[in-house]
Amino acid sequence: MPKVSMTVNGKPVSGDVDSRTLLVQFLRETLRLTGTHVGCDTSQCGCCVVHVDGDAVKSCTALALSLEGADVRTIEGLANGDKLHPMQEAFRENHGLQCGFCTPGMIMTAVELVSRKGHTLDEKTIREELEGNLCRCTGYHNIVKAIAAGATAMGAKA
Amino acid sequence: MYAFNYHKPATVADAAALASQHADGKLLAGGMTLLPTMKQRLAQPSDIIDMGKLNDLKGIEVKDGVVTIKAMTRHVTVATSAEVRKAIPALAELAGGIGDPAVRNRGTIGGSVANNDPAADYPAACLALGATIHTNKRAIAADDFFTGLFETALGEGEIITSISFPAPDKANYQKFRNPASRYAIVGVFVAKKGGDVRVAVTGAGDSGVFRQKDFEAALKANFAVAALDGKHQPEKGLNSDIHADAEYRAHLIGVMAKRAVAAAK
Ligand SMILES: Cc1cc2nc3c(=O)[nH]c(=O)nc-3n(C[C@H](O)[C@H](O)[C@H](O)COP(=O)(O)OP(=O)(O)OC[C@H]3O[C@@H](n4cnc5c(N)ncnc54)[C@H](O)[C@@H]3O)c2cc1C
Ligand code: FES
Ligand code: FES
Repeated sequence: MPKVSMTVNGKPVSGDVDSRTLLVQFLRETLRLTGTHVGCDTSQCGCCVVHVDGDAVKSCTALALSLEGADVRTIEGLANGDKLHPMQEAFRENHGLQCGFCTPGMIMTAVELVSRKGHTLDEKTIREELEGNLCRCTGYHNIVKAIAAGATAMGAKA
Repeated sequence: MYAFNYHKPATVADAAALASQHADGKLLAGGMTLLPTMKQRLAQPSDIIDMGKLNDLKGIEVKDGVVTIKAMTRHVTVATSAEVRKAIPALAELAGGIGDPAVRNRGTIGGSVANNDPAADYPAACLALGATIHTNKRAIAADDFFTGLFETALGEGEIITSISFPAPDKANYQKFRNPASRYAIVGVFVAKKGGDVRVAVTGAGDSGVFRQKDFEAALKANFAVAALDGKHQPEKGLNSDIHADAEYRAHLIGVMAKRAVAAAK
């Protein structure tokens, strides 16, 4: 079996994988990082979003082998010890989740969004940027609020 | 997903050699179409030839009024390129309207054009702007490239290397999106260059992207929204599906064409 190596949440990792192993399978099954979820079969729901070299990527739609040498960040890599990342904290404060299934993908998408569009985000921008993340519970309203608040908080920290 | 052999060549020549060696193999670009298809077991390539290392195939160049985008350039790069935005704003906007941010972070122009999905956006830009598709073997005019549903003029093992778009005087793309898939139910790209006007329609035709020559003639005579008054897209040859029937699509083509003319810049 081919071997793949990459950096995940700052740590070098490697594993033997079948060529058809998707990044999400490598993360969940090989590395046991089960915070990244799989919500669909069609690359549409965004529950699986992680960062690859800083870009938000659907980990269900990338081969692990394609990402040899990549720098990957998952939801497990956001908090600083026991202290939640400001975007995670904002989701908690604003009730930005109900069942929580979509939440890891929402948060990873939101954090990348802030890196591209800054700390002051209006509702229209946030809704447009969430095009690729589906939530079956919340009706999005509190997610949008959480992301605006999280974006501001990330700025305050910096 | 079915099993396959994985290759990651370092040069275009190696990729082309692998592609012709493995008749049932597939080139992998951003994977945003190929991998979902493989996950659904709708495709079973024997070999995957990953082009991720082909850095020669990445980048954008604007020279003498022609925007050349290399095949492995991602949608996000085109959408955010200041050079593209200046030379052909409609093209940057089109790229920024493909799918969602994560799709744009991986999907490439070469993959989109090679795939020729009847609801994809880039094929409309290629036809309306009179683009040239460059491969490792030849240059193909967009008018000769898109040959049918998911069909193109590409031969076995032929790799798109870049696509060049002559900058128009004015252009605009209007897309009526399927709210679930984000693909076009109808998309109309209008471009004016000198005395020539080209109108390309995606999302609607039962054999893929096409030029609306009736609209083109009217707009050549008078590039104004009013020139399209009373012009009708026939329903014959248009798709009917659960999202929209042919009558609705025909109507939308007229509406989107007018909006594109009004917004052209
Ligand atoms: C959720 C979702 C929403 C989307 N929405 C839209 C949308 O709104 N509009 C739209 O236009 N598209 C949309 N897409 C498709 C997206 O744009 C894809 O990125 C694109 O169609 C294929 O590009 P790719 O680089 O991912 O190619 P891949 O999936 O890697 O390849 C696609 C095909 O092209 C071939 N190929 C790739 N590169 C080359 C090359 N250089 N030379 C020859 N053959 C090549 C491959 O062998 C394969 O057969 C969407 C996709 C998803 C998953
Ligand atoms: S699991 Fe749904 S987009 Fe990846
Ligand atoms: S909180 Fe349940 S899917 Fe979003």
